[in-house]
Amino acid sequence: MTSKRIVLHFPHRLVNQPIIYKLVKEHDLQFNILKAFVTPQEEGLMVLELSGKKENLEKGVEYLRSCGVRIQPLSQDVVRNEEKCTNCGVCVPICPTEALVVDPKTREVIFHNKKCIACELCVKICPPRAMEVHF
Amino acid sequence: MRTIKEINEKIKKGQVVVVTAEEVIDLVEKKGVKKVAQEVDVVTTGTFGPMCSSGAYFNIGHSKPRLKIGGGTCTINDVPAYTGFAAVDIYMGATAIPDDDPRNKVYPGEFKYGGAHVIEDIVAGKDVQLKVSAYGTDCYPRKKLDTLLNIKDLNEAVLFNMRNAYQNYNIAVNLSDKPIHTYLGMLKPNLGNANYCSAGQLSPLLKDPYYKTIGIGTKIFLGGGIGYVAWQGTQHNPGVPRSENGIPKVPAGTIAVIGDLKQMNSQWLKGTSMLGYGVTLIVGIGVPLPVLDEEVIQRAAVKDKDIYAPIVDYSQNYPQIVPGSLGQASYEQLKSGKITIQGKEVPTGNLSSYSKAVKISEELKSWIKKGDFELTDPVAKLPAADSGYAFKLLNERPIV
Repeated sequence: MTSKRIVLHFPHRLVNQPIIYKLVKEHDLQFNILKAFVTPQEEGLMVLELSGKKENLEKGVEYLRSCGVRIQPLSQDVVRNEEKCTNCGVCVPICPTEALVVDPKTREVIFHNKKCIACELCVKICPPRAMEVHF
Repeated sequence: MRTIKEINEKIKKGQVVVVTAEEVIDLVEKKGVKKVAQEVDVVTTGTFGPMCSSGAYFNIGHSKPRLKIGGGTCTINDVPAYTGFAAVDIYMGATAIPDDDPRNKVYPGEFKYGGAHVIEDIVAGKDVQLKVSAYGTDCYPRKKLDTLLNIKDLNEAVLFNMRNAYQNYNIAVNLSDKPIHTYLGMLKPNLGNANYCSAGQLSPLLKDPYYKTIGIGTKIFLGGGIGYVAWQGTQHNPGVPRSENGIPKVPAGTIAVIGDLKQMNSQWLKGTSMLGYGVTLIVGIGVPLPVLDEEVIQRAAVKDKDIYAPIVDYSQNYPQIVPGSLGQASYEQLKSGKITIQGKEVPTGNLSSYSKAVKISEELKSWIKKGDFELTDPVAKLPAADSGYAFKLLNERPIV
């Protein structure tokens, strides 16, 4: 069983189709929707955690691509602006997945972007606004 | 043991021994107070946290024809500056925000740009836009001005902060069932997190708890440049209860600081936005402690484990000024990432960057070692713990 967090961009023409239904039904995958929104007349965006057998995951992602869905790994979208971050650590207790933690030795804040679910709680509470989310 | 004059002689000769307030802790554990006091001349402290009562004044030079900003209005990058002075002196406060900022109308407000960001931009050498509306006089006839300004063209650009470097501070929590947004950050409901704001064992006034060496005229690291302690800070409150080691149990002493903004660095003066609260300036301050006697070392070697801060509810008790606290926690406990309050384990977050405080204490140490920074004798003392100087609440009186 492996899992993967991905960002799906649905072009306008695909917004009305039951793509996620087919993805999980035909590829025997579990899914957890971390975030979803549809911009009128533009595109749909969904942040998804998919779990299942490795080969099923690969086939599922291939299926999404074949439908015309653009896929990004989640970690590419959440970025810490190192110039702005002061390593204060006020974001640490706010982060629900421990993607932001303090290194006990250096007292600097480490960002594990693989653990990030892009909830964006840190974005607005960061005093120097160092956390940036790009979808 | 030694005088500041003797320390400065050593600095000039390149023989001075300087350690940071973090390093002195280990040294004293290994060698004892007496030995370390003999060996070390200076201990450097540091802190890098939001300090709202900060600001900068500028003399922008006279325009042709002349214009008197005093009594008029003025903005820099749309942020209003205070104009109640002579013709071309203005003061930008850290928390000022543009007139058209929505503030908390859409709660929680984002406060993306304000006075602190203007100060950071000016220090960074960026051009900023000054707009002035004046009323015009016979000797200062001009009424409007709209121009770019750059720090290099200003006559004076001076950082002047009326309250900085708080000696200890509250640990903020939220006992209510709704999230709240405070100057100590977002507090999750039902003790969801505990936020604190101090460099603890590196913080200047915690390492000189009785203001024995830090006084008016003390030369300091300020915003990456050189500054001075100008006065006791506003709300200076030295007479609060203290632990046996002299450390105040609640927020106590403060300092007012001043320095030439032109030699500062935007790395150490950062405009910041506190969600739902407002704009503030993160200020980097480092104070050198001259080792005049053994007591200086004994005080400077106090550890996070022996420095306690009060836990205060910011949903009710802080805004309503209900005295008392929910207990206390040491900075060692706070730094472990969680503390226990009312039997619940609560994750902690610091608003003051400890890693940057370390860098400031190291930077100041390197300046002193290189001979670039000599120490000054204070010209007057800060009001002491037994002085009777105290912080009062407002005596509100009805108008009849």
